[in-house]
Amino acid sequence: MLRNGTRPLARTITRSYATSSGPHALVFLEHRDGIIDSGSLSALTAAQRLGGEVTGIVVGGPEQLKEVVPKAQKLGGLTNLLHSASSQYAAPIPETVTPLLEKVLSNSPYTHVVSAHSSSAKSLLPRVAAKLDVPAVSDVTSVEHNATENATTFTRPIYAGNAIATVRAASSVPIKFFTVRSTAFKPAEADGAEAKVIEVEPVEVTDPQTQHVKTEITKSDRPDLGVASRVVSGGRALKNAETFKTTLEPLADVLGAAIGASRAAVDAGYADNSLQVGQTGKVVAPELYMALGISGAIQHLAGMKDSKLIVAVNKDPDAPIFQVADVGLVADLYDVVPELVDKLKQ
Amino acid sequence: MRPTAARLLNILVPVKRTIDYAVKIRVNPDQKGVDLNVKHSMNPFDEIAVEEAVRLREKLKDAVKSIKVVTIGPPKSVETLRTALAMGADSGVHVEIPESAPPPEPLGVAKALRAVIERQKDGVDLVILGKQAIDDDASQTGQMLAGLMNWPQATFASKLVVDTASKEANVTREIDGGLEELKCKLPLVVTTDLRLNEPRYASLPNIMKAKKKPIEKLSPSDLGIDLTPRIETLKVTEPPKRVGGGKVESVDELIAKLKEAGITAVKA
Repeated sequence: MLRNGTRPLARTITRSYATSSGPHALVFLEHRDGIIDSGSLSALTAAQRLGGEVTGIVVGGPEQLKEVVPKAQKLGGLTNLLHSASSQYAAPIPETVTPLLEKVLSNSPYTHVVSAHSSSAKSLLPRVAAKLDVPAVSDVTSVEHNATENATTFTRPIYAGNAIATVRAASSVPIKFFTVRSTAFKPAEADGAEAKVIEVEPVEVTDPQTQHVKTEITKSDRPDLGVASRVVSGGRALKNAETFKTTLEPLADVLGAAIGASRAAVDAGYADNSLQVGQTGKVVAPELYMALGISGAIQHLAGMKDSKLIVAVNKDPDAPIFQVADVGLVADLYDVVPELVDKLKQ
Repeated sequence: MRPTAARLLNILVPVKRTIDYAVKIRVNPDQKGVDLNVKHSMNPFDEIAVEEAVRLREKLKDAVKSIKVVTIGPPKSVETLRTALAMGADSGVHVEIPESAPPPEPLGVAKALRAVIERQKDGVDLVILGKQAIDDDASQTGQMLAGLMNWPQATFASKLVVDTASKEANVTREIDGGLEELKCKLPLVVTTDLRLNEPRYASLPNIMKAKKKPIEKLSPSDLGIDLTPRIETLKVTEPPKRVGGGKVESVDELIAKLKEAGITAVKA
């Protein structure tokens, strides 16, 4: 109870930067298995829209960073790349990474802190923002910075995407934190100029309050749901886990698509949680979204209605999904899907 | 060190009154916000948080000393507190703001919660919040509170096991691509994912009992905080409407439409 006394911010870092009054974004770059997350590449694009300098930061275990830093250094639009290695960052948790970011951001030139709206950045950034006593803006779909006023205007979906809020962080917010909806920004190029690499001493947390026990990643050969250009999604009508698999997989295979699911399908145990598309799951915006046996509740539409082409197959002609579908077919999906697979193969 | 008696757990559950999740919201023509004259209820993720607190008591029995619910909002938010009390919480705190006040932002709410925690004589060992409110969809308050308190945090929890003897909790979290398990020391901030539990319905007798449970009313000034938002909302608009493309009659027509859009099979 008593170890929560407020700790003064460590203002130890002194770096000399060329004086510039323009915006300077710090982008938190995430990686897994030596690959930089595509969400982070979208965040980088959003950071470039601010019109100023962009510095990236990667943290991780020493071995991980050996692989990632050379890749991160080449990302398009980056002028500097900060990296910090520590065994404590190997499975980064907010409690251990926050002190590092606090140090980097104290007395710093950064005007913005940017990341993907991913589960790990969403856990980290608000914690850091609170430490620095600044508000944060989540899941933005557009960014516009006015350098003379030092104000940034964002748009972001609210109420499960049923309204769009335009919000403004004025100069009274000294560092503007925001997370980026990946589907709203193109990923930055993986091959840009070489950014200047700067090593940052890790901030070791003695006696951490939280320990990482384990991470279980659902393995799949299919494209990642969040970035797939085609998604085949199933709902409650898929009956059970077995039929979910046997019905959707051949179609996903023939289209080279990722598989998604509605909350009903996930709750009923037909599909893994990580496949859920919607307000509380993943937000996708592929070229093609096929909704099979999905009625189209508000919460589901929130996760897919920015898809380019929406195809719906449902037995119920009044299902709300047909109001957003570009192509609707009222039929039994158990008849349609096999026929579709056969005819696509021809 | 002499052995201490039972280590008792005090749980705090912040809840928010939001537009009911099933309501199709309408944006006001003045573009200042959405029509709020519609059905409201407790934020679904907060129901899960209350349920989890109540289940912890059912599991740990007397080791849970208190479950307090707190809300920050206009006068009507008291209904949300009553719902939580009917689900099994013991007492409530209502930080009341005027109906006309702009909705406080997560950092303000986190500061109010910190002030509420600091007022608790017995302290707070566990704060359980929803992972996001379904109105602003920010998903920040729990993390900000943990940051302000310098407490550990376990966000997007789908499983929570509390060991009162060691004052630790094992939490399974939903992360992109799978699950992660953490071991956290108490005091701890947990935010709930949908998968954590299935909230109960309050029974009529419990609803009646809840009317007698104490609710402490406070104002932001009692807590010494300012809830004025620092991010300014310029306008709220309708999202671009999708034009439904109509229906086709057969699989052949469906495939023709796909071809038209340049979508063909990748594998024969």
